[in-house]
Amino acid sequence: MPKRTDIKKILIIGSGPIVIGQACEFDYSGTQACKALRSEGYEVILVNSNPATIMTDPEIADRTYIEPLAKEYLEAIIAAERPDALLPTVGGQTGLNLAVELAEAGILEKYGVKLIGASLRAIKIAEDRLLFKDACRRIGLEVPASAVVNEIPEAIKLADELGYPVVIRPSFTLGGTGGSIAYNREEFADSIARALDASPVRQALIEESVIGWKEFELEVMRDHRDNFVVICSIENVDPMGIHTGDSITVAPAQTLTDKEYQRMRDAAAAIIREVGVETGGSNIQFGIDPETGRMVVIEMNPRVSRSSALASKATGFPIAKIAAKLAVGMTLDEIPNDITRKTPSCFEPSIDYVVAKIPKFQFEKFPGSETTLTTQMKSVGEVMAIGRTFQESLCKAIRSLEPSTAWRAPAEVTTALLREKLHVPGPDRIHWLFEALERGMSRDEVCSLTKIDPWFIRQMEDMVALDRRVAASSLRGISRELLLESKRSGASDEELAKLWNVKSASVRARRHELGVIPVFKRVDTCAAEFESFTPYLYSTYEEEDESGAMDRPKVVILGSGPSRIGQGIEFDYCCCHAALALKEDGYETVMINCNPETVSTDYDTSDRLYFEPLTLEDVLAVLEREKPQGVIVQFGGQTPLNLALELKRNHAKIIGTDPESIDLAEDRRRFGALLAELNIPQPRGGTALAPQEAVATAAEIGLPVLVRPSYVLGGRAMVIAYDLKTVEEYVAQAAQIGSGTDPKRPILIDQFLEDATEVDVDALADGEDVVIGGIMEHIEEAGIHSGDSSCVLPSVSLKPEVLARIRDYTVRLARALHVVGLMNVQYAIQHDTVYVLEVNPRASRTIPYVSKATGVPLAKVAARLMTGRKLKDLHLPVVDMNGVKELAVHDFYAVKSPVFPFNKFRGVDTILGPEMRSTGEVMGISSTFGLAFAKAQLAAGQRLPLSGVVFISVNDHDKRHVAAIAKDLAAVGLKITATRGTAAALTRAGVEIEAVYKVNEGRPNIVDLIKTGKVNLVINTPLGRESFYDEKSIRRAAVRYNVPCITTLSAASAAARGIRAMAGHAPDVAALQDLHRRKSTAAT
Amino acid sequence: MGTNLDDEESGKPYIEGLIVREFSALASNWRSSETAQAYLERHGVPVIGDIDTRALVRHLREVGALRGILSTDDTPADQLIAEARALPTMAGLELAGRVTTAKKYEWTKGSIELTAPIAHAAVASKGNGVPAGAGSLGTRSFASERSAQVKKGALAPEERRHRVVAYDFGIKQNILRLLVDYGCDVTVVPARTSAEDILAHKPNGVFLSNGPGDPEPVTYAVANIKKLLGRVPIFGICLGHQLCGLALGGKTFKLKFGHHGSNHPVKNLRTQKVEITAQNHGFCVDPESLPSSDVEVTHVNLNDHTNEGMRHRSLPLFSVQYHPEASPGPHDARYLFDDFIAMMKDAAR
Repeated sequence: MPKRTDIKKILIIGSGPIVIGQACEFDYSGTQACKALRSEGYEVILVNSNPATIMTDPEIADRTYIEPLAKEYLEAIIAAERPDALLPTVGGQTGLNLAVELAEAGILEKYGVKLIGASLRAIKIAEDRLLFKDACRRIGLEVPASAVVNEIPEAIKLADELGYPVVIRPSFTLGGTGGSIAYNREEFADSIARALDASPVRQALIEESVIGWKEFELEVMRDHRDNFVVICSIENVDPMGIHTGDSITVAPAQTLTDKEYQRMRDAAAAIIREVGVETGGSNIQFGIDPETGRMVVIEMNPRVSRSSALASKATGFPIAKIAAKLAVGMTLDEIPNDITRKTPSCFEPSIDYVVAKIPKFQFEKFPGSETTLTTQMKSVGEVMAIGRTFQESLCKAIRSLEPSTAWRAPAEVTTALLREKLHVPGPDRIHWLFEALERGMSRDEVCSLTKIDPWFIRQMEDMVALDRRVAASSLRGISRELLLESKRSGASDEELAKLWNVKSASVRARRHELGVIPVFKRVDTCAAEFESFTPYLYSTYEEEDESGAMDRPKVVILGSGPSRIGQGIEFDYCCCHAALALKEDGYETVMINCNPETVSTDYDTSDRLYFEPLTLEDVLAVLEREKPQGVIVQFGGQTPLNLALELKRNHAKIIGTDPESIDLAEDRRRFGALLAELNIPQPRGGTALAPQEAVATAAEIGLPVLVRPSYVLGGRAMVIAYDLKTVEEYVAQAAQIGSGTDPKRPILIDQFLEDATEVDVDALADGEDVVIGGIMEHIEEAGIHSGDSSCVLPSVSLKPEVLARIRDYTVRLARALHVVGLMNVQYAIQHDTVYVLEVNPRASRTIPYVSKATGVPLAKVAARLMTGRKLKDLHLPVVDMNGVKELAVHDFYAVKSPVFPFNKFRGVDTILGPEMRSTGEVMGISSTFGLAFAKAQLAAGQRLPLSGVVFISVNDHDKRHVAAIAKDLAAVGLKITATRGTAAALTRAGVEIEAVYKVNEGRPNIVDLIKTGKVNLVINTPLGRESFYDEKSIRRAAVRYNVPCITTLSAASAAARGIRAMAGHAPDVAALQDLHRRKSTAAT
Repeated sequence: MGTNLDDEESGKPYIEGLIVREFSALASNWRSSETAQAYLERHGVPVIGDIDTRALVRHLREVGALRGILSTDDTPADQLIAEARALPTMAGLELAGRVTTAKKYEWTKGSIELTAPIAHAAVASKGNGVPAGAGSLGTRSFASERSAQVKKGALAPEERRHRVVAYDFGIKQNILRLLVDYGCDVTVVPARTSAEDILAHKPNGVFLSNGPGDPEPVTYAVANIKKLLGRVPIFGICLGHQLCGLALGGKTFKLKFGHHGSNHPVKNLRTQKVEITAQNHGFCVDPESLPSSDVEVTHVNLNDHTNEGMRHRSLPLFSVQYHPEASPGPHDARYLFDDFIAMMKDAAR
């Protein structure tokens, strides 16, 4: 059936900032949808607040709005653009919820916008657990027994009847936020209260526990002619009870017979029809009782999801792209399969390999958080690996996680500990599983403790047994047959090296000597039944190689691996841009990455895609096959950089800045010497390997000091120490986890510049010329990790002479380091002195933001520079600033603000520090700084109030400055309340104020006020250790009750400006395409 | 997952060997009664594992279906190749007669239930805010809804009884189970049963089964179909479809590597809907060879546009190339059994 002609303009809503449960998979799906609709001739209007996405590149949609995903802003965009239709199913839960909100508020009707892809009714049925359960029962399907509750006492009564354990799921939340399992009434009472709070409609479902059952997902598609296909079946290795996003999963399903699988397929078809999802993709989850085979339907997502991204990568079937085409009326049989070209998309992919997905956790970032895995998702990213067998793909997935330190069992492992680690699922259970099997625990016991299907455990047992045989041999003594068998089951060179206590380079050499080298096979949707035209490849130890590597000028780009805090979508964005730019320049582009959520692992992004772990062994195997002219390591964050020197030693041609330069910039001693030589100041610093040495160094530098390990990512494990005891403790602790004991990688101790302004600079260099991309002023003072700070471009308060110095230093640093490509410098300005904090001659987290703000795609330019092109030939829109070339800025302010996952980690303090904890970012654009900041805050989920009550509690240091802010807020009509100390200071300064009790002073205290919704904004700067508990409870309450909470004075000041600017101001929206056309002005 | 008796499609496996990348030694499934290895050993089917099966598929895709030989001893490759070359090709072999039942028999078993009904404590029906329906759990398994309906007598008695005689050219048992589910009394007869003997059963319908190999040498069946055409409603599957094609005056030809698998998209030309089907055939009806005045092409394969189904324009006969009974495979084409019932009802009027 031909596509619809009654619609021309289509609005797509993105998923906003990266948060746990909603990550770059929606950039992948949204980008695909935009491209698919434009290729069919539709005009696409895109809204997303996240600048680090490919979808918000101005080339992807016709009109791109980087605006808060809030109803009033969407209405303003709809009013301006007048789209005919809204596609709500490619922007995750955020996009879907917002579409529902717009529909229910009558806005879609008012402007004549049709919902396509899923009707409001279908969304409601699928999303409302109760309506969904009723729908399932209507068609004769079983669901877990359950009840919906709104009140706590009623909930407890029903839970008692149901019998414990009971599953609690709040309605309408992301990634199962607020969901949990309660094993007794006490736990239940606590959990249900939290769940009701988490639900925007104060509703939760309590449910019969199916914990321990087998869990499956089907990714299905339907077109409006009722054609129905299953794209992929996914089996969770971890049983029911662990959120699927936190489970190890495999595709296709491994432990179902055809009859059982077809029963599930029939059920899925019946569900999508009954729910009424007329076109597009859905994800349906099932639980199966392993004892009886009883099958229950768990839930459905009537949209593309994290699992559909995984299914797309696992099969080569682009679900989001096809879903977009189906939404405009096309049918599956008239859309060709990209990979085979000759066959239609109306089929079910067959898979002749096994795909394993493992989540990436970062509990270490959130000390004090509960690490047990439950029905609420806690992982920050995931890896996927492809192998010909379960064993091979599992091993590849495990090494794709690239842990900073290898997992090691504690010195003493008792049977009790082992049993507990298997029974209570934590982030490292897979390692404990192997540990248990190595220690000879029986399969039956492992199965009964973990509820993992015996088939998987048997596979792991076989791996352990094979390892034993290999260990009994030796590097020289091993036969080709045994080595091949071991490699075929997935063992890495590094693991073999460990078994034999030799270097992995020796294993590699021996492997080559014996001719045991991998081949590459294709992911082709059809298990080789038809010829494939897209080189989407994975390595395996088999006979036939299908890579079809061509002898063309080509460049290999190393991706950034699993998303994690500090290394997220921004780096994938840069890798994609490198691929796009070099493709345009006529190179064959080759991507290596293992993150299934990303745009970089879309087979469309590069000419050739290798879905492989980013380890030396796996990367070298690809390089040996492809023999590229160049390898790009500076775009994927720390992951490829960690490989750079070794790759170079193995004769890889790394293009761009020399890895030695990158290394130099990371090496404190050598870098310090360089700065001294250049006469550029840096904070005083030193290194230490032991606690006593650290104390001496810190004393010499002078307190406060910043203490951290070498080679950091996102500022892992940093601390600001105001006393020597903290320094000593930190170093002792670091030594325990094996950090800082390696003489080559000591603990770093630096002078901490209090109250300094921090500045980030991104620059481009070609070895001769340097162009400054942007000078970003941080809103939070130095000491807050740069990834956790809001920042503004252009800067708002830096003096011209300071800017001039920053420019001068940047240019000299780029030249001194012979930078070819990108360089990021972090500066701190204290009393007009500019200090260099850090130089990273590589892509930084801020590249996408600067690119969106300036309209110049920095990563693309940098990729070209790496292949030898020159800045002077690329005709960038630069202006001359103090004799330095700088990208022209426009007549608007762009503010970047971080987004934090505190609502996922109970009990964790929300105070910011040198440890990066944000998962994502948003951008606010407006003509004034205040408005831009307010928009960024709103986009980040902090709606600054225009009326109501502001609570202020600040430390003595900040009391001097807080009065001006309070006056500003009061002038807009906000009431100010404060605890005693701050209240006294404010009263003295002439601010009208109402005092409130601290937590330990009486009731109602400030936390009570927050809980009862009587506070609309919290400004709370940390007072120090003494009142730590009090403050933490205030900040936790703010997070829990979704009250904006500001923890630095500079951010409070910016917020006050924002509130003033917003008062009486209608939402202002502007398309990126218009903004970039507006008159460029010179930076001040 | 191992094997179980409920999932058997014939009295014994008819494959002569199995080639796999990885052979799973463990059976882990609540219905499993035997490991795959024990089952195959019991039936004397050799298995070779650790083979680059994808390379093998790619090879067959390029050169077409080949004769092959499995060897576990150290016979030189040259000699094995020569032996394989000496094997007869499928074309021209009459195989249906070798695999058919020796005697006619009645078939009475319907589809199995995957889950035994379990009693559940109904929860929630007492609580506030719980709409009717919540907490009351159905226990009937969805996949067998139809058979449950039949067993419970949901269909009127006069609708339930259809006498069907099924020709066994190598019949899959799930076809028989579905016929029973759909209210048929089924008699299975040997491939060479004459049209007259069939008609002596006074059947409401005749079913022509699937079966191995080339349809052309199965001339006796073609002759019988010609005699039955117009006298009794006929439904054919796979080889049964090809035999109908020949009986209606058409021709069949050998495909390069056939259709094998459970994901073949077939378009129903009457409804324009696509069904995902299970297929396993090396020969195919040439739709150009069919007399278009008598025969309507009803189904086409979307991968290679070969014929997948047809019906007679005036007489009660239809047939499909693929396997609507699936097992293994998707159940999208089960409606054809409804069509068969409807055709028999029509003819009875």
